[in-house]
Amino acid sequence: MTVHQTIRPGATGEVVMSARHVAKHYGAVKALKGVNFDIHRGQVTTLFGENGAGKSTLMKILSGIVTPTSGQILLDGQPVTFHGANDALAQGISIIHQELALAPNLNVRDNIFMGREIRTARGVDFAEEERVTRALMEELEEEIDPLTPVEELRLGQQQIVEIARALQARSRILIMDEPTSALSASEVEVLFKVINDLTAKGVSIVYISHHLEEALEVTDHAVVLRDGAMTAWAPRAEIDLEWIVRNMVGENFDLGSPPESEMGAPALSIEELCVPDPSGHGLVVDHMSLSVKAGEIVCIYGLMGAGRTEMMECAAGRLAASGGAVKLHGQDVSGLSISQRIEAGLVLVPEDRQRDGLVQTMTVGQNLSLASIGAFTRGLFTSRKAERKVVETSIREVTVKTDGGGAMIGSLSGGNQQKVVIGKMLATRPEVILLDEPSRGIDIGAKAEVFKLLAQTAKERGLAVVYSTSEVGECLSIAHRIIVMHRGRIAATFDHTATKEQIMAASGEAVHH
Amino acid sequence: MADITNSKPATGGTSMNIGKILLEGRAFFALVAIIIVFSILSPVYFSVGNFLIMSSHVAIFGLLAIGMLLVILNGGIDLSVGSTLGLSGVVAGYLMQGVEIPAAGVILYPPVWAVVLLTICLGAFVGAINGVLIAFFNVPAFVATLGMLYVARGVALLMTNGLTYNNLGGDAALGNTGFDWLGFNRIGGVPIGVIVLALVALTVGLVLARTAFGRWLYASGGNERAAELSGVPTRKVKVSVYVLSGICAAIAGLVLSSQLTSAGPTAGTTYELTAIAAVVIGGAALTGGRGNVRGTMLGAFVIGFLSDGLVIIGVSAYWQTVFTGAVIVLAVLLNSLQYGRTGR
Repeated sequence: MTVHQTIRPGATGEVVMSARHVAKHYGAVKALKGVNFDIHRGQVTTLFGENGAGKSTLMKILSGIVTPTSGQILLDGQPVTFHGANDALAQGISIIHQELALAPNLNVRDNIFMGREIRTARGVDFAEEERVTRALMEELEEEIDPLTPVEELRLGQQQIVEIARALQARSRILIMDEPTSALSASEVEVLFKVINDLTAKGVSIVYISHHLEEALEVTDHAVVLRDGAMTAWAPRAEIDLEWIVRNMVGENFDLGSPPESEMGAPALSIEELCVPDPSGHGLVVDHMSLSVKAGEIVCIYGLMGAGRTEMMECAAGRLAASGGAVKLHGQDVSGLSISQRIEAGLVLVPEDRQRDGLVQTMTVGQNLSLASIGAFTRGLFTSRKAERKVVETSIREVTVKTDGGGAMIGSLSGGNQQKVVIGKMLATRPEVILLDEPSRGIDIGAKAEVFKLLAQTAKERGLAVVYSTSEVGECLSIAHRIIVMHRGRIAATFDHTATKEQIMAASGEAVHH
Repeated sequence: MADITNSKPATGGTSMNIGKILLEGRAFFALVAIIIVFSILSPVYFSVGNFLIMSSHVAIFGLLAIGMLLVILNGGIDLSVGSTLGLSGVVAGYLMQGVEIPAAGVILYPPVWAVVLLTICLGAFVGAINGVLIAFFNVPAFVATLGMLYVARGVALLMTNGLTYNNLGGDAALGNTGFDWLGFNRIGGVPIGVIVLALVALTVGLVLARTAFGRWLYASGGNERAAELSGVPTRKVKVSVYVLSGICAAIAGLVLSSQLTSAGPTAGTTYELTAIAAVVIGGAALTGGRGNVRGTMLGAFVIGFLSDGLVIIGVSAYWQTVFTGAVIVLAVLLNSLQYGRTGR
């Protein structure tokens, strides 16, 4: 028995689902501006685009998680409206998110049937569930026992379980958001084989990936999104890597150029730094060395999981190193706590500003002054006057648009919240600032302002700046030097005259060779 | 004192409407309503004398609630304060009875100030155990302090063998009189217990609003990860709040045993729940980062004046329990209304 009895017959390549002029606005922010998108039966359609291009929003609309502001979704030529993800699932559309949605404490069988248990008068029919799970695993050619707890599986196997879950729900359209970002090379091969098997059975796949070359291996169609609009569409035969990059990046918004600052002595030296993987196997940062001079701006480019975040968190004292040294002006800071490193002049602006950057219960002013309380404490007590001065200076310096220091932090836009996080660390008068994806989730205008601020500060204060990004256009802005990280190591180093193609090739090409 | 939690952005000038004022000042309006209702129902309720008596009852819960507020601001909970109160009373009673040192063949009668100091140190020690378990060994606060609830109570029972120390008045010949001063004396007509509460409340209010520690506490309760990355010593803050909570419980234990001039090992049973209730009624969020001393004090007075009022008008003790419970749930309901709208 096959699991796909219900897949309706139809010619391969026929359009099964399409989006027509789909737009989504979040307040004044236009995440999608009238996109057309086709999914073909039994084929893989890959969606390319930088962060913030609107890929996730489009996928959320197709899978019923988000309702479009305008436009139409057609399923088998008929207009449909989804009332939530379960509605879409009932119509045969599944989404596998980047962060897997499995219950690690339950076994494979229970995960596959989670929320859809086979119920009989005498409770759940575990035997039947187990039988179906075994059949699914056979079909996917994976030797996973249905009774294994999911937490004991490797990540690649967990992904197979997610796919099995989608198949069990008789999905005919499977949306995969960055499925390979956490997989090893051999696991990626298994996944691609599964994708080929699925398409042969008539399942349509929507694939999203930052690994361009990898995506080219499996895809039948390519669609490129940029700033919420579809910029290009073509079948696989007509495209190559260069075509994708050109359409993804497009005309570049001017994010500035490297400031002509006077470079001083090395301010930050990272020597042979190693950070162990949280799972205990291997290293996320693998004997990495990097030296940054005062006044210099270094950009670190890399895909998710390249070790950028871990390198920065280790340098800032959040993560423990398993080897190597972090030196500030030649002084080893390895033994220092986070607050001692801030005191010494080494600060981190974390990647996730909601989770790690801001205290949502506090005001703009209290957030801005949080890292420099010592500067306005007189004896035992804080001085309100001195604090107001610190806050007002910061608001002016980083140009936060706010009603004043007393406004709640949640009332600011994403870009201004990011400026508050950066301003908080700049208020400590650092000598080295590490910024993990400072442009994440903010619009292009705010990005330009953030980069301008960093360039200015580097020049005026002789600040050493290290920022990471996963958007290649941002590498070629204010950075004097571009470092491409891959699997915890430096894969390549460029100066600001590098091309986008060179940088992207250095980060992606090293994946499967 | 500065109002850390309620400062809202001025949205265009017309932000304050009556509903919002009622919601944000709910503990205050509840207290006013309680006073008005009971003053109508009973002729003896509305008098300075009665208010002072009720206030000295509130003092015990109020002291516990201030310690609890610090812990809750940090995003934790301290279930051990009732037991710590009981243990502190018993230890104070034990010290007042005289400490026999068999090796030297003497019985030491420490002066009252030394008894007070030692008892406060004991409270700090109990709190420190809680804090270290929670901050450094990652034991959930609920579990660590639940364990301490049993341990401290058990120690108190062991020390007294289940009995109560009576006659804590001391003896002039031994130079240890004056223990009842805390509970019985008045300054300008105000019971000492109430004055102690006021002093502790003012001090803690000042610490929260005007010191680096206060800011650290609000920040680490609001978002511990962000606070840590901003250089806040989050673990030290965490241990400190449990130590301070233990100290508040010890002071409450001293005031209570002084009011009763006796120290029983079961004193303060379930008081931790009343303290939590006072903090919650005062508008603090159990998730941490929101709340202030003013609100907690109002919460303590709401509970105290309500239950004393019910006694005065002769409502059954069973009904008192029902009323208290209803008030707590109503308070939490309003909290989620207030914080749910502003979004977390």
